[in-house]
Amino acid sequence: MEPVLVTMDEETELSFTIAQMVQRLKGTHLHSQLERQAKDCLHRPDIKLESLKDDVRNFLKVSGWERKLQNAVYRELHMPPPGSPAAPPQHTKEPLQYMRNAQASWEKRILKSLNSMCTELGVPLARKRPLPEQRELSNKWNEMGTDEPDLSKFRPVYAPKDFLEVLVSLRNPNLDCSEELSSLSHWGLIKVPLHVRDIPQVREACPELTLTSGQLGIDDHPHVPSDLFESEHVRLGRRVLGEQDSAAAQQYSRQGCPTGLRAQLWALILNSTNDPEDIMHYEQLKAGVIQHDLVVDNLIYKDVKLTASNDDYYFVFEDFLYQVLLCFSRDTTVLEHFNYNSATPPKSYIQGKAEQDEYAVIYPPNGVIPFHGFSMYVAPLCFLYNEPCRLYGVFREMYVRYFFRLHSISSHPSGIVSLCLQFERLLQSHLPQLFYHLREIGAQPLSIAFKWMVRAFSGYLSTDQLLLLWDRILGYDSLEIVAVLAAAVFAFRAENLMEVTSLASAEAVLADLSTLKVMPLIQIFVFATMI
Amino acid sequence: MSNGPVDYVAKTPVCLQIGDAATNSLRPGVCVTDIVFPNGKPIKIQKISFKNYYTAFLSLRLLRSEEEGQDGAKWVTCLRNFPLMANPHDEAGSQDYFSVSRQQGAAMTAVPREWCVGTGACLRYLMCQATTAPMLVEPDDVTSVRLILRQPSSAWLNFNIEEITIYDCVNEDTERDVPAWLSSLTPADEPLHLQGLPDPETVSSSIQQMWALTEVMQSSQTTASVGRFDVDGCYDVNLLSYT
Repeated sequence: MEPVLVTMDEETELSFTIAQMVQRLKGTHLHSQLERQAKDCLHRPDIKLESLKDDVRNFLKVSGWERKLQNAVYRELHMPPPGSPAAPPQHTKEPLQYMRNAQASWEKRILKSLNSMCTELGVPLARKRPLPEQRELSNKWNEMGTDEPDLSKFRPVYAPKDFLEVLVSLRNPNLDCSEELSSLSHWGLIKVPLHVRDIPQVREACPELTLTSGQLGIDDHPHVPSDLFESEHVRLGRRVLGEQDSAAAQQYSRQGCPTGLRAQLWALILNSTNDPEDIMHYEQLKAGVIQHDLVVDNLIYKDVKLTASNDDYYFVFEDFLYQVLLCFSRDTTVLEHFNYNSATPPKSYIQGKAEQDEYAVIYPPNGVIPFHGFSMYVAPLCFLYNEPCRLYGVFREMYVRYFFRLHSISSHPSGIVSLCLQFERLLQSHLPQLFYHLREIGAQPLSIAFKWMVRAFSGYLSTDQLLLLWDRILGYDSLEIVAVLAAAVFAFRAENLMEVTSLASAEAVLADLSTLKVMPLIQIFVFATMI
Repeated sequence: MSNGPVDYVAKTPVCLQIGDAATNSLRPGVCVTDIVFPNGKPIKIQKISFKNYYTAFLSLRLLRSEEEGQDGAKWVTCLRNFPLMANPHDEAGSQDYFSVSRQQGAAMTAVPREWCVGTGACLRYLMCQATTAPMLVEPDDVTSVRLILRQPSSAWLNFNIEEITIYDCVNEDTERDVPAWLSSLTPADEPLHLQGLPDPETVSSSIQQMWALTEVMQSSQTTASVGRFDVDGCYDVNLLSYT
């Protein structure tokens, strides 16, 4: 393995980064497990005093613990890096001032909406459950779906279309908008000039999706002989699982995960474990749900009843969804992700003791207020994991890596603003007639595609296709593929769309995506489009 | 390695334009700012850090006073067209923090490729933004710094550089004298008159062991949280706070 050359300055940055990573890993269960393993192995006869350090290291390597450490480091590398020392913490959350301001005023609107709903209904945001109620909930834990509480007065705090309005009104105060027909003329709704990739750059970034490369979702079709690609790919997947290598699993996932191996592969990529410590953590969250009743719980109930329970694929998982989402709201470890999320968790004070720091709390405990459709982030995962604890761990990791970007205002390339802009630019560049036509009839493409992208297509595609799409999100560690798919769907239905004359008919053409096959659409749009 | 920030005076930025400023309707794309140090004292610069505001390229020139025996000062280019924004039309890098530091020798160090796990995530993680740049010349005896800002895109209304902080080098040559009272410590020649008191050697070694234990405790402190969201079992919240 040839070494990589770095300059002295980069070496200082490297040591700083390594020191930070060590600090973060020190508090984890893995650290204490490694220490214990190292101590226990001293009894072994092959560990010699003269070469103690090397022998212990060797032992850890052979027994698989070094690989676990590598996976943990790899997971840390996925988290956005800490900002430069001169930058204040809000710069790490979001570098652009005007986006921070927009996010802050959007959050204020949400807080006001939640506060006014609670005042109207006369319920506190949170209260301790009386003991009989706690016992009842504990007994009903596995069948909360049978409960039919009166949720008619609760309404979702916001829906995706409210959020789209805010994104459309985003403006950079330093941008020169004086010229109507400048070279950067843009027909779409998003008016901020973020950097997004065009087709040639997407081709470069995703070489594994090329026409000549095998894919699950295309080459596992019954008509294709399985020894052309599928059986070899499955064999490789088993080997990756045997090695327990996160990085290899991520690379593997770019060509799709076989159905039988997907659950384990995703858990490996996300480094989500199911140790006794994780089970204990989940039980702690469950205790938090039973002891305290939050208004957010009612929002979750309402959301599940309105979305997942009405969906043909997901209604059977209703109970799981409650078990995951209610616990998610109590999980304070989620608060860590606010270091790199442009959003800020809402604050409150217990017992009405406003402005007194010792009574300050975060509400809800995980800082995330669910919106209409939030439960759809969890629903597809129910097909992979049947233990609530495992399901919870994988969902939480996917949320703090990807899903949070879909409902906060930021300039990150995987943020919803960039995805919307990328979708519009791809469509305008490659299907200008279609874009122009839709604009003329008052059917801006983003107004139709936004709801797909905010949910990462969950609830719109059939489940097997959705999971193939999410394989690539994990494989490329980016949500860009969602924007590419949205443009590819419009390209696929372009002929029908050119004939419609109103927004309602355009929406009707694009109402049902359940028959679409995502990988052929993406492949054709990215690799077979004439540039 | 570096002292605190150095005081400086930044002159008004001068925009370079072709033709007459009054009649020219195009916005300038080049801006030059001079920085001088008070008292005319030459500075040995360790690092210059700043925050960008929509500048695409930065060049730095230094006015170095010549060595003794030669008159006059010379302008040298310290940084040439360093890109702050990957694409002048896009937002990437437009409001980021950067620093330019003195080159610490020309040595390059090898980083084993095993560190670059998997798909090169390690390198991507570190090099995702080149936010530090090495200087091309040694910034010694600098009396003035000239920042040349370029923004070729017509998309932006203004561009400049903010929060400029200049750090100078710590002088490593000065030796501090040992204060007189330190050197007059009692030499350990005289025998100690212990009367029932324990041997100071054992006492000091056990104190050292305790100190070492406390150091280990301090250094192994973690940032892991306990996970409680309530305050003493109470989580009765009425309304959210707006501040």
